[in-house]
Amino acid sequence: MTDPAYPLFYTFHFYLFGVIALASALAFVTRKSPVAAALWLVNVMFALAALYVMLDAHFIAAIQVLVYAGAIMVVFLFVIMLLNLGHPSEIADARGKWGKMAAGVLGLILLAEIAVVSGTRVRPEWVVPRGEMNRLLAEKGAIGVVADPLFTRYLLAFELTSILLLIAIVGAVALGRRSDHTTDPAEESAHAG
Amino acid sequence: MRTFDLSIPLDLTAALAPDISLMLGAMVLLLWAAWGRESIARQRAVGAASMLLCALVAGMVLFFMWTDSTVGPGPVAMDGFRWTADLILLLATFATIALSMDYNERERITSAESHVLLLLATSGMMVLVSARDLIIVFLGIEIMSVAVYVLAGMNRRSDRAAEGSLKYFLLGAFSTCFLLYGIALVYGATGTTNLTEIGGRVAAAGATNPLLLIGMALLVVGFGFKVAAVPFHMWAPDVYEGAPTPITAYMAAAVKAAAFASFLRVWMEAFPDVFVQWHYALWWLAAVTMVAGNLIALAQKNIKRMLAYSSIAHAGYILVAVLARGNLGSSAFLFYAFAYTLATFGAFAVVVVLSGRGDRYLRIDDYAGLWTVRPWLAGSMAVFMLALLGFPIFGGIGFFAKWYMLQAALDSITPLARLSVILVLTSVVSAGYYLYVVMVMFMRPVSRPDSDPQPVGRLTRWVIAAAAVLILAFGIFPDPVVRLTRSSVIVPIDR
Amino acid sequence: MLAEALALSAALFTIGVVGVLIRRNAIIIFMCVELMLNAVNLSFVALSRYYGADGQVFVFFVMTVAAAEAAVGLAIIISIFRHRQSVNLQNINLLRG
Repeated sequence: MTDPAYPLFYTFHFYLFGVIALASALAFVTRKSPVAAALWLVNVMFALAALYVMLDAHFIAAIQVLVYAGAIMVVFLFVIMLLNLGHPSEIADARGKWGKMAAGVLGLILLAEIAVVSGTRVRPEWVVPRGEMNRLLAEKGAIGVVADPLFTRYLLAFELTSILLLIAIVGAVALGRRSDHTTDPAEESAHAG
Repeated sequence: MRTFDLSIPLDLTAALAPDISLMLGAMVLLLWAAWGRESIARQRAVGAASMLLCALVAGMVLFFMWTDSTVGPGPVAMDGFRWTADLILLLATFATIALSMDYNERERITSAESHVLLLLATSGMMVLVSARDLIIVFLGIEIMSVAVYVLAGMNRRSDRAAEGSLKYFLLGAFSTCFLLYGIALVYGATGTTNLTEIGGRVAAAGATNPLLLIGMALLVVGFGFKVAAVPFHMWAPDVYEGAPTPITAYMAAAVKAAAFASFLRVWMEAFPDVFVQWHYALWWLAAVTMVAGNLIALAQKNIKRMLAYSSIAHAGYILVAVLARGNLGSSAFLFYAFAYTLATFGAFAVVVVLSGRGDRYLRIDDYAGLWTVRPWLAGSMAVFMLALLGFPIFGGIGFFAKWYMLQAALDSITPLARLSVILVLTSVVSAGYYLYVVMVMFMRPVSRPDSDPQPVGRLTRWVIAAAAVLILAFGIFPDPVVRLTRSSVIVPIDR
Repeated sequence: MLAEALALSAALFTIGVVGVLIRRNAIIIFMCVELMLNAVNLSFVALSRYYGADGQVFVFFVMTVAAAEAAVGLAIIISIFRHRQSVNLQNINLLRG
C-alpha cells in the first residue's frame, strides 16, 4: 500500500524534525560532558514528540515530553549532579581499537537494515482502513484512543507493569540504602580478616 | 477439563491464578519484611515463609495440571509445557531461598527483601513461560531481569558484586532493546503481537517480508543474551562470579530455563512455517555456543567462572532442543532443564559451603583433598559434576538428559546428525574440566592453609543431599520424569 | 511517511548501539540505551497509523519499562560510585568474556 500524497507543509516539517532528531542524536553520542550529552538527548526526545504529533499520536507525544524528557531525563541529570560528574571526564572516554571496530561492524550491519526497512510495504489486508485513526481520534479523543485497548485487550500487560514498578521501587531502595548491616567494629574487622 | 475464555477478566484471572497468588504472597511478605528492624532472625523467618509460599503455588500448579484446563485465544497459554516449566522454576526458587537463608546469615546480609525479590522475579518467569503475546513476553523478561539486576548487587559490601551487577544491568538493558526492536519489526511485518495470529499471518504470507526476517534475527539476539549463548555471553562469567552464590545458581538455572521456555514457545507458535529461514542461524548459534563454552571452561581456575562457562555450554545443548522442534524438542528441553537445575543447585550449594565466609576459597585448587576431610561433600560434588557431564549411572539423571536431547535431535523432522556429533564431542571435551574437579578432590593432598571445616548450614545440607539423592534416584528410575515431560507439550491454538 | 519514519528509527537505533559500544561512562552508556528505546518507540508509533492504536499502547509500556530500568540502573550506578568514586568502565570491560 502506498502512502497518500502529503501536503508539502507536512512533508517539510516531517523531514525537519527528522533531521533535528538525527543531528541531536549524533551530537549526544559525541559529547564529552555527561550534562551536555543529556541535554542533547532531551532535544532528540522533543523532536520525536513533534514527530509523534505528526503521526497522529497526540497522547504519546504529551507523555513523551512529560514522562520521558520531563521525568526520566531529569533523574539522569539529577544523578549526574549528585555524583558530580558534570565536567568532562579526565581520562579518555572512548574505548580502544577493538571496541571501535566492533561498533563499526555492528553499525554497518544496522545501517544496511535501514535500506531494507525503508523499502518495506505493509500488507493492505491487515491494515486498518485509511482515515481510521482520524475517525477514532475524533470519536474518543487523544487519550481514549490509547486508554481503550490499554484496559481491555492489554489489561494483563497493564497489570504486569505495576509489578515491574514495585520491583523497581524495592530494588532501588534495597540498593540505594547506605547503612551497612554490621555496625559493630569488632565484627567488621573480623569479617575483613 | 474446562476451557477459559480469556476475553473475560475473571477467566483471565483464574488462568493466571498461580502467578497472581505468588505476586500477592510476595507483596504480603514484603510488608512483613519492611516492618520493623532488620535482623538475621527476621531474614530467616521471611525466607521460611517464602519457601512455604513456593510450595503452595507449586500445589496450585499441580492442581491446574491435574484438572487439565485449556484456554481460548488470548495472551496466555495453559498447557502441560507451562505447568511443568512452572514446577521447575518453583523448585529452583525454593532451593535458592534455602541456600540464601544460610548464605545471608553467614555473610551478615540482613535485608529480607532479597527473598521477596526472588519471589517477584519468579512470578515474572511464570508469566513469561505462559506468555502468548510478544508484549507479555517483553514484560515478563523485564520483571525477571530487573529483579535479578538488583539481586546480583544485593551484597552491598562487595566490590565485585557491584561491578557484576552494573555489567549485567547495562548489557541486559542493551539486549532488551534488541528484543524490543525485534518485537516492533515483527509487529510491523504482521500487524499483531499475538503469537497465534502471527503464526497464521506468517503462514499465509510466507517469509517474503524482509521486516519479518530482521525482526526474527533481533529476537534471536535478545533471547541469546538472556540465555548466554555465544557470542552474546560476555556478561555471564563476571556476573556469575560477582553475584552472591545462591543468586548465581538462580541465574544459571531459573533465568536460563525461563528464557529458553519462552524462546521455544515463540518459535513453535509464531514461526513454525518459516523454519528454513532461521534454521541455519540457530544451528550455528548452537554449534558455536557448545564449542566455545566448553573450550573456554577448560582454562578456568575459579570454580564459579568454570560453572559459568559450563552453563554457557549447556545453553548450547539446550539450543539443540529448539532446533529439534515439535513435541520432541519441548519435552527434551523440560527433561534437560529439570536435570540441569538439580545438578546446578547441588554444585553451587557445595560452592557455598566450601567458599567460606567472605567467599574466600573459590579456586578449584582449594578443593584439593576434600575427600579425606569431608567425604560426603566430596562424593556429592562428584555426583553433580558427573551429572553435568552426562556420565552414565554415577551421573544419574544427567545421562538421560543428554540421551533424550540426542534422541530429539536425531528423530526430529530434519535430523540434526552433525549437530549431534558436535554435542557428543563437546561433551567429551567437557570431561576435561568436570573430571578435573573430581580428580582434585579425590587425588590431591590437602592444600588449604587452614583446613578447619566450615560449618554447613542445615538448609544447605538438605539442598545438597536432596539434589544428590534425586539425581541418583531418577538416574535409576527415570520413568516418572520421562512420562511427565513427554506429556508436557506446547499446545498451540488452532488458527 | 512509514518508510521515512522506520528509516529514521533504524538510524537512531544504530547511533544508540554504536554509542553503547564506544563510550566508557556508565551513565552515557545508559542514556544510549534510552536512545535505542526511543528509536523503537518511533517505529511503534509509525506503525500504529497502519495497524490501529495498539502500537501506541506498546509505547506506553516501553516508557514504563524505561522508568523502572532508570530507577534500578541509577541505583546500581550510585552503588558502584560508592565503591570506586568513578563511573567510568575502564576496569569493567563490557565485552570481555
